[in-house]
Amino acid sequence: MSKLIPSAAKLLSGATVSKAAAPAVVASKTNYSTKSESTFEIKPYKLHKLDKGPATSATLTSEDALQLYEKLAVLRRIETASGNLYKEKIIRGFCHLYSGQEAVAVGMRAALRDVDSVITAYRCHGWTHLMGVSVLGVLSELTGRRTGCSRGKGGSMHLYGRNFYGGNGIVGAQVPLGAGLAFAHKYRGDGGVAFALYGDGAANQGQLFEAYNMAKLWDLPCVFVCENNGYGMGTSVDRSSASTEYFSRGDYVPGIWVDGMDVIATREATRYAIDYCSSGKGPLVMEMETYRYSGHSMSDPGTSYRTRDEVQEVRQTRDPITSFKEKIIASELVTPDQLKEIDTKVRKEVDEATKQAKAEAEVGPEELAGDIYYNNLENVIRGIHPAAPLQHVEVVPRN
Amino acid sequence: MSSHFTFFPDEHKPIEGDTTKMNMMQAINNAMDITLKTDSSAVLFGEDVAFGGVFRCALGLQEKYGNDRVFNTPLCEQGIAGFGIGLATAGATAIAEIQFADYIFPAFDQLVNEAAKCRYRSGGQFDCGGLTVRAPCGAVGHGGLYHSQSPEAFFSHAPGLKVVVPRGPISAKGLLLSCLKERDPCVFLEPKILYRAAAEEVPTASYEIPLGKAQVLKEGDAATLIGWGTQVHVLLEVAQTAQETLGISCEVIDLMSILPWDEETVCNSVKKTGRCLVAHEAPLTSGFGAELAATVQSECFLHLEAPVARVTGWDAPFPHVFEPFYLPDKMRCLSALEKLIHY
Repeated sequence: MSKLIPSAAKLLSGATVSKAAAPAVVASKTNYSTKSESTFEIKPYKLHKLDKGPATSATLTSEDALQLYEKLAVLRRIETASGNLYKEKIIRGFCHLYSGQEAVAVGMRAALRDVDSVITAYRCHGWTHLMGVSVLGVLSELTGRRTGCSRGKGGSMHLYGRNFYGGNGIVGAQVPLGAGLAFAHKYRGDGGVAFALYGDGAANQGQLFEAYNMAKLWDLPCVFVCENNGYGMGTSVDRSSASTEYFSRGDYVPGIWVDGMDVIATREATRYAIDYCSSGKGPLVMEMETYRYSGHSMSDPGTSYRTRDEVQEVRQTRDPITSFKEKIIASELVTPDQLKEIDTKVRKEVDEATKQAKAEAEVGPEELAGDIYYNNLENVIRGIHPAAPLQHVEVVPRN
Repeated sequence: MSSHFTFFPDEHKPIEGDTTKMNMMQAINNAMDITLKTDSSAVLFGEDVAFGGVFRCALGLQEKYGNDRVFNTPLCEQGIAGFGIGLATAGATAIAEIQFADYIFPAFDQLVNEAAKCRYRSGGQFDCGGLTVRAPCGAVGHGGLYHSQSPEAFFSHAPGLKVVVPRGPISAKGLLLSCLKERDPCVFLEPKILYRAAAEEVPTASYEIPLGKAQVLKEGDAATLIGWGTQVHVLLEVAQTAQETLGISCEVIDLMSILPWDEETVCNSVKKTGRCLVAHEAPLTSGFGAELAATVQSECFLHLEAPVARVTGWDAPFPHVFEPFYLPDKMRCLSALEKLIHY
């Protein structure tokens, strides 16, 4: 098994930076697939104020293909598990699923380097996992348990990881933070690029335009990524946005439109964006056109503002996993059996994590007053309690 | 998870006539329906209100009044508030829905710096009095950090605004109709857990409940318990339990208007009972209870048998997994009341 599916760390290390679209070579590298690499055409990008866009074809090795497929499958499975846990009332509160949008995160992540940073909104379960948090770390956060990546204190919208700045609950609020992250990369000279993700709904928040301006003014290595899934909560893009060409809405910030349902396209576009931004040219806007299968959150059935047929049609014709699967099987990069093995492995991994996420304990009630301040000057946390105020506790060690 | 309170329906009807059983969502819908029908300048807008909004308060209103009067906005709270202020300044009755009170902070500048000061700074020439901003607030059982907050105290610090919180369907309809007629900008905070949990026989005709006036819901002589929104029901249950277990009779006041608040009703009651307990879900420090406590001690000083007690949320972000420990629930209020009685 381990030969077939190298660790996630390898996929995510950014080691695979081969750029040139090498010709397809027919060679039997494994016992399973018949070709070791293959080249794929990418749906044309749309460009705004750019002379040249990302590569319009890209080469995958069979290893790349298996790795990408596994990540897509894990993300889908995490969301299926989340939806079920929500229906069982084990996840409470607000929960936003990413199913349908997996190719955006998986393709982008495959191109990211160790030095790059990411911040996103509340549809963050998959991103968190891709940035290095275990499936249990994600699911336990959703169930509010101590093994959650935010100790169960953040819940569905507030997941964090290394170089992953959350998981943010207020629509659009994370985008200016992304500009700040980018400034830090530039100031430190570490060559990193910050990716600030937001939805088509958030694209109409005023603070985005404030962030675009600062980023361009100071030529920050920031990629503003609009995940356009067609609907801002229950309102379609045509009803909410005077211009739905989100890639051009940075005006003086150059932009690219990308087919967000194609994991190869999102990977190539992200490689291009990293090159562009880390060479000192300033920010980019990258629109990823995608689709969400579920409602906005669990309380939205997602059918009052679109038809069931529309959702079905996307599932059948544009699903990011199915279409990728067909592509890599048809090109003989992988065999159906190899993908089945991955499916089985992923199902087992997520099922086990789900079980454990239900069984773990919550953090103790003393953490109600935990980590509110770095240095709590009063020592206690005020509030009326018959016996005593709460003791402020420092759960995470202070430097 | 069972909710942390028991709903006490209003016994008193504000007007005679036919009634219909409505929950608070339906009562608010009804108030907006009446306004859209009788006030041709009235317009309702906000995120997803076209299909009723996430809590369905605007259900059916777009079909009834058309999409030029009931419409969706983009997700842009600062823009929604500013747009509403402009519309109201031009003479319309603008009903702006902010999807959750927790999302109102991008609009805070518009409300505090523009709406509140409009009349004053133009020397009375201009105003945006037709503006009412509605927003669901308060604990809901599982809302977590950004779907649970009670921001009334922030707005109480902005002279020029009126801030109102209903406790159920009857008060919601009457208070909302008052806000919509009021010629000052109003922030109408709707405790979201009551949308469906609360049902009452609501008069079908139009009626108004005066702003700036509290209501005494239960008379008593041992202590005055003051709350607003959902907390009123917690306090009514506390009063009931105190009667049964301690044999004391408490007076319960629903403040209803936070700005301006009814000093007369509160102070008269405290002068009578000599003891005062204020409870709210928002954190203790600079919560609106602080304003009540300060005024009560200055106005009722010689009548007080004990310091004013406050039972509130903790000075912590609203916690997702600790909501039951965070809320000023019945047991915490009862315990504080016992201390107040035995001071």
